[in-house]
Formats: sequence, C-alpha cells, structure tokens
Amino acid sequence: MAKKRTIRSIPQGRTPMVERPAAERARDFAEVTCGYTLDEAVRESERCLFCPDEPCVRGCPVGIDIPGFIRQIGEGDVRGAYDVLTGTTLLPAICGRVCPQETQCEGVCTVGQSLEPVAIGRLERFVGDRAIAEGWSSRPDIEPCAFTVAIVGSGPAGMACAADLAKAGCAVTVFEAFQQPGGVLRYGIPDFRLPNEVVDAEIAKLTRLGITFRCNTVIGRLFTLDQLVGEMGFDAVFIGVGAGAPTFADIPGESLNGVISANELLTRCNLMRAREFPERDTPLGVGRRVAVIGAGNTAMDAMRVCLRLGAEEVLCVYRRSRDEAPARAEELHHAEQEGITFHWLTDPVEILDDGKRGVRGLRCQRMELGEPDASGRRRPVPVPGSEIELECDTVVFAIGTNANPILGQTAKLRLDKRGYIEVDEELATSMQGVFAGGDIVTGAATVIEAMGAGRRAAAAMKRYLGLADPDVPYAPAGDAGLFGFAADQRDHARVRVA
Amino acid sequence: MSVADVAYDIVGREDFSDVTYLLEIREPDLARAARPGQFVIVMSHPEGERVPLTIADFDRDRGTITLVIQAMGKTTREMQAGLRPGSSLYALVGPLGRPSEIGTAKTVVCVGGGLGVAPIYPQARALKERGAYVIGVIGFRNKTLVFWEDKFRAVCDEFIICSDDGSVGIKGLVTDGIKQATAAHPDIDELIAIGPPIMMRGCAEVTRALGIHTVVSLNPIMVDGTGMCGGCRVKVGGRTRFACVDGPEFDAHQVDFDDLMFRLARFKPEEKIALERWQQGCRIESAPSVP
Ligand SMILES: Cc1cc2nc3c(=O)[nH]c(=O)nc-3n(C[C@H](O)[C@H](O)[C@H](O)COP(=O)(O)OP(=O)(O)OC[C@H]3O[C@@H](n4cnc5c(N)ncnc54)[C@H](O)[C@@H]3O)c2cc1C
Ligand SMILES: Cc1cc2nc3c(=O)[nH]c(=O)nc-3n(C[C@H](O)[C@H](O)[C@H](O)COP(=O)(O)OP(=O)(O)OC[C@H]3O[C@@H](n4cnc5c(N)ncnc54)[C@H](O)[C@@H]3O)c2cc1C
Ligand code: SF4
Ligand code: SF4
Ligand code: FES
Repeated sequence: MAKKRTIRSIPQGRTPMVERPAAERARDFAEVTCGYTLDEAVRESERCLFCPDEPCVRGCPVGIDIPGFIRQIGEGDVRGAYDVLTGTTLLPAICGRVCPQETQCEGVCTVGQSLEPVAIGRLERFVGDRAIAEGWSSRPDIEPCAFTVAIVGSGPAGMACAADLAKAGCAVTVFEAFQQPGGVLRYGIPDFRLPNEVVDAEIAKLTRLGITFRCNTVIGRLFTLDQLVGEMGFDAVFIGVGAGAPTFADIPGESLNGVISANELLTRCNLMRAREFPERDTPLGVGRRVAVIGAGNTAMDAMRVCLRLGAEEVLCVYRRSRDEAPARAEELHHAEQEGITFHWLTDPVEILDDGKRGVRGLRCQRMELGEPDASGRRRPVPVPGSEIELECDTVVFAIGTNANPILGQTAKLRLDKRGYIEVDEELATSMQGVFAGGDIVTGAATVIEAMGAGRRAAAAMKRYLGLADPDVPYAPAGDAGLFGFAADQRDHARVRVA
Repeated sequence: MSVADVAYDIVGREDFSDVTYLLEIREPDLARAARPGQFVIVMSHPEGERVPLTIADFDRDRGTITLVIQAMGKTTREMQAGLRPGSSLYALVGPLGRPSEIGTAKTVVCVGGGLGVAPIYPQARALKERGAYVIGVIGFRNKTLVFWEDKFRAVCDEFIICSDDGSVGIKGLVTDGIKQATAAHPDIDELIAIGPPIMMRGCAEVTRALGIHTVVSLNPIMVDGTGMCGGCRVKVGGRTRFACVDGPEFDAHQVDFDDLMFRLARFKPEEKIALERWQQGCRIESAPSVP
C-alpha cells in the first residue's frame, strides 16, 4: 500500500461538484448539482486520512462506516462501497443529497480542521446514484416468517423500518395518506434538490423486498390503530407519520388570501404538480413578490420554488442572523446565488391588507441579538422604533411544524405535552405492539435521523416478535453443534430466493 | 409499483338535474368506517385536483358510499361528463374530518340548502335512529333542482320545503322555514345547517337571536385533508382552526363567515382559466371530425 496519507500529502482542495449556473437553474426544476464522476469520486476519496479514531463516524447520526466506504471508492470498487454503506443506511442517494453534513459527519472530519472537510455527502450520493443506475440492491434472500407488520406513514422513518422488517421475513404493509409514497421526500423537498426519480427508485427497491404500499389510507380514520392490532391481525405496528402540521405566527393578517404555509406551497407544487397548471388541475396561487418567513430547509425550498415559478423577487425574512439560520449550508449558499433577497434580524409583526383581502406587504420589526437562549443561540430582541414595511403580494410561513393530531384524536396513545408520541428507549409507545419514530416522536428533525429511528424501531420490533437479528449470530440454546458448525459460523441471513 | 389493489369503482350514478349528480362508489372499508359528518377527498385521474366531498350516504352491506356533487368548475364538470358505472376514481381517501356529534338534543332542526341536503341527510337519519324529534328544513332555488325529498322526509318527524320562487313548498329561504319551525316548537335544542356559506350565516343569525345551539359544516379549500397544509384554516371564536382535522363542523355562532367566503375566492382567476380551457377542449373533441 502507498505511503501513509497526511494532511499535507492529500489533495488540498475539495473536488468541486459541477453545478448548473444560477441564472439557468433558477428558472427550472432540474437538479442544481450534477454529482461526481468516478474520477472525481476517486480523487476526493484520496483526501480521506482514514483516521483511526473515526470522528466522522461519530458525527453521523447512524454511524455509517465512512472511512470503510471511502476506501472502497479509492480502490475503484463502487459496488463494494455500496455494500458498506447499505450495512447502515438504506437511502444513500437521498442522504448524500440532503443531510446537513456540515453539522454532522463533515463537521467533525479531521481534514476539516485545516482544509475543507472530505466531501462525504457527495461521495455517498455518488455511490447511491451509481447503485440506482446499475439497479443494485443489497437484497438478502428472505426467509418468510409468520408475522405481519403495519407501517403507518411512508417517509424515511417508515421506509427504513419497512425494509428491515421485510428483510427479516415479515409481511409488511405500508399505509400512506397521500396518493403516492415518500413522505417529505415526495411532497416537501423539491426536484431540483432531490429528483423524484431518486425517491421512486428507493420505493421500487422496497417493493422488490415484497413490501406492499397501500396509499390513500389515513390511519386513525379509515382504520384505527386498535383495528390494526386487533381484527386486522397485525403483530406489530410502526408509526412514522411525521410532524406535518404547519404553524402560523399568530400575527394580524394571517387569513388574507396570499398567505400560505410552506407545506401547502410545496405540496401543491411537488406532489400535485401545480407548477404545470393548467396542464395539471391544481392551482398554485403564488404572486410576483413573495416573502418567505423562516430560514430553515423548508424556507429555502419554498423560496427557490417561488423563483422557479416566475416570481420577480423573493424575500427571506428571518428574525435571527445568517449564522443562526438552520438550513443546510449548501442550500443557503445556493439560495444566495440564485438571487434571494435576505432580510436577517427582521421579525414580521403584521401582514398588510391590499383592501381586497389580498396581501400588500409585510410590516416588520428590526431585531438585534441579545443573550443566548436555552438552545444556545443568541436571542433576538426588538430594536425600538425600527419598523419597516416590505412590499409583497404573497407571504409563506416556514416557521416549523407541530405534531399531526389525527392519531392522538383516535387512539389511546400517550402523547407528550406538545402532542408528540411518547416512546421508551425501545421506541415502544404506550400501546402494546405499537412503536413510533421519526419526526412524530422528536419533532421536525432530519431525514437521516428519521431513517435511523425507523431502523432502531425495526430492531426493537424484531426483539418484540422474538425474531433473530440477522446481524447478530444467533445461538439457540442447546444446538451449538448442529451440522458440525459452531453457532457463530452459521449464516442466519442466508435464505431463499424469491 | 406494488400498490395494494384497492379499486375505487363507480357502481351507481343518478342525475338530479343539469348540475347535480350522485355517484355511488364501492369501497367496503370506507363504507364501514364512515360516520355522519365526514367527507372524502377524490382525485378522478392522476393529473387531477384533490376535491373534498361530503359522504352523503353509506351502505355497509353493499360496501358503498354515496357522493352528491354539484358541477361547479372544471373538476366537478369533468367528473360529471366522464364518470359512470364501470369507470373508477384514481384516488379516494377518507373518511376525513371529525364525525358529527349526534348528541342528546331532543328536538333538532336539520337544514339543508341546495346541495347541502345530501350531507345533512346522514345526520338526520342518525338523529332519528337515536330517537330525536327531527324537523327537516330543505330549500332549493326552484322545483327542478329538488332531490332526495322522499328519502329525507322519511327520516323526519316534520318536514318543510322552501323554494326561492315558490314553485315548491313555501316561497322563501330556508331561514323562513326555520322561523316557521321555531315558532311552532319553542323547545328546539339544536339546529344543524349545511349549505352555501351565505345560507349557513343566515341560519346562524336567526338562531343566535333565539339562543339555539347551532352547528354548521364548513367547506374551505383543501389540499390534503389531514392537517398538514393549513389551506383549510378558518376563524372560529377568534382562533385559527383547520377545518379538515378540527372540523368540518363548528359552532355556527363562533364562525367568521366573511373570512370563509373571502378565502373561498382565493383561486378565482385560476378556476376561470381551468374551466374555460376545459370547455374549449370539450368543444374541440365533440366537433365533427373532418375526414
Ligand atoms: C420542505 C422540507 C425540506 C427538508 N429538507 C431537509 C434536508 O435538506 N435535509 C434533512 O435531513 N431533512 C430535511 N427535512 C426534514 C426531513 O424531511 C424530515 O425530518 C423527515 O422527512 C421526517 O421523516 P418521517 O418519516 O418522520 O416523516 P415524513 O417524511 O413527514 O413522512 C410521514 C408520512 O406519513 C404520512 N402520514 C401522516 N399521517 C398519516 C396517517 N394518519 N396515516 C397514514 N399516513 C400518514 C404523511 O402523508 C407522510 O407521507 C425537510 C423537511 C421539509 C418539510
Ligand atoms: C369538507 C367539504 C365538503 C364538501 N362537500 C361537497 C359535496 O358534498 N358536494 C359538492 O358538490 N361539493 C362539496 N364541496 C365543495 C367542492 O369541494 C368544490 O365544489 C370543488 O372542489 C370544486 O372544484 P371544481 O374544480 O369543480 O371547481 P372550481 O372552479 O375549482 O371551484 C368552484 C368553487 O369551489 C371551491 N373550491 C375549489 N377547489 C376547492 C378545494 N380543493 N376544496 C374545497 N373547495 C374548493 C372554490 O371556492 C370555488 O368557488 C365540499 C367542500 C369541502 C371542503
Ligand atoms: S448519512 Fe448523512 S451524516 Fe451520515 S455519513 Fe451520510 S451524509 Fe454524513
Ligand atoms: S474524519 Fe474525515 S479524514 Fe478522517 S476518516 Fe473520517 S472522513 Fe476520513
Ligand atoms: S386541508 Fe390541509 S390542513 Fe386541512
């Protein structure tokens, strides 16, 4: 093997990823970034120092073997890299694109202490995309067991939980409220950031595992949780319904026409394809000058969608400063490139009526940063006498979500005081056999955390059902010498080809 | 994609007038789960819009639900033109919304204005089954639009029909019918009204003066029907509520009807474009083809 790498010997600059020019991309929905080629990926892999203490692995919420998969890329073995990745994550093409890497894996990468960190997300996306293009899957042969499992919600939490349980042999049905599966990946995150084909490919993989999707099904309404575990005979249930309920700020003018939630805007645009109106029937109703309140990923997506829909000016109104903006660094950067006008330290206090129940503008108050609050971020405080008026005809709220009330209304689930589902360390809810994870437990978080929760719940559900974990050598008491193999040599993930 | 095969087949259709039609759809799970006061969201084809429609009836033995639809704009007219027994819907989700509280009121007035006769029917029936004294008040613009008169009458102890032009029943609005009922029955405990917002507001005004508890079913513009878009928000008692999960029924005396009516006009320009474009398409299609 070559000489040990050091921070001086590796390529100093990060391998750039080709991006479409801002002026061109800001008017269509095709993807902004183009992904690495094999050569680019190999070159970037050469920047990894294979640190023995692996800080990046601890930075990843699901603990992906990052140096392990990067090593395979370096050797030109993309399939090998895929197998390493899928030991932990099910959605590399998605998380490589949408993880906030700068606060997770890349944020703690050793190289990042003196240079730009290794582009872990881009490498992961490269492998994930290659797998989709080549039709790889890490499908183990599945030995059916006798259990049937219901998954409520088809976002990343539900998808991950479904996959693991299907691999363990359970007959899995995913119930989804919308007409198409995918959760936020489908209705929330726009195509220019996460193309629909990527989501379709991941769903297709799940169906190849034998998972059934039953769309147009709202649990709590068509079937209650009691029915699922009772008369319908599901042995266990996982709830991954997300934290979809939008919040508004409770300021005057909120019910004016032209005031909408980012969820509504994005659902109309992405799921209902309102951007193709009138070829598609769903209208969108976004004007020429749009003010988006908030600075998280949802806000960035809403702003960039409005630009692409032809808005002349899109404003971002956020009460803290740029440093506190919760969006992924890359999205904020792309939004700036595309010409969004940012009003930092600006808090909306009233939406102004144009006299016809439409929006004429947004009255705001300037803020300054005071003492740090409980979250450690400096608390914005109003500057007296600093009110300004911003002209706009559409106001989009992207200031966070609440727990959806339907399951709480219709089942005896223990909820916390904000309405999220309470779970124990096994992700079990107060109802026997019912588990939960993802945004409906934690509040709005990230794709990878939701996926991780889905997998942890799947592991707990396997224990609950008494199924062996295929990752752990299983030694039933008393038959240690069966067929002359020691227990740990036996391959329990083996099995029948469907 | 291996999506579970749930078909949403149309098994019945009836046309009440040029603008109102009934569809009966087979979906046994939905028929079993449906309760009075709930609604469904329908997509007739994959490019279509999600349209909320009240469950006007359900038959658990046949495994069907019934929708009564007024052809208003593009989608409801396209459905009127295209859907009949043998065809099916692309998507059907429900039952959505909180079921009506059938309550304990002894004497109840059920008011249906125009198309509202359909959604109020299952409530009147449930009240009757519970043993309440049900006074039905239904109103139409004129005689040709009347539907379900017999069906409705059968679940009412008293029945008043009104029409704007006097071509059937008493000449006047449903509010006149309500006044007649309240004059005869000072013991009315509750009134439930479903119809156009302006009618529901009128009913609320009459009963407010009389101190009768009044429930209305609101019909704001919706997308998902599960509480995740906020498009259906309405003002009730000064608070913002989401009609699809907190409603659709609310205390009429708390509802801000002006707000509802303005919000319903949100997409007027787009609705016009969609309708005109569709009507043009129809003309082209139905034009004799040139050999
Ligand atoms: C616009 C937007 C952009 C984002 N960008 C990023 C990003 O760049 N990076 C990142 O890491 N995270 C991002 N997030 C956050 C991330 O998407 C979520 O944390 C994640 O999707 C949560 O996954 P989940 O599986 O818990 O729920 P969801 O993805 O919300 O999926 C829940 C699913 O359950 C369905 N459902 C709800 N109720 C019921 C019911 N009663 N019965 C049946 N089905 C039901 C819903 O329709 C939905 O499909 C973003 C979120 C949004 C909204
Ligand atoms: C809970 C609820 C129950 C309803 N029940 C019935 C019913 O039983 N029968 C019936 O005929 N109609 C019902 N409606 C109204 C019906 O949904 C609309 O008439 C329909 O969406 C019109 O669509 P369109 O394309 O034909 O007309 P458009 O031209 O799009 O609109 C006509 C009118 O319908 C309203 N509307 C448009 N889109 C929506 C939408 N997505 N959601 C709600 N309203 C909309 C608009 O205010 C507009 O004024 C109900 C609405 C709600 C919210
Ligand atoms: S899943 Fe996200 S945090 Fe983990 S390694 Fe991949 S990009 Fe980094
Ligand atoms: S911290 Fe960075 S350099 Fe070290 S192993 Fe992880 S990715 Fe490679
Ligand atoms: S229809 Fe979207 S929240 Fe009610």
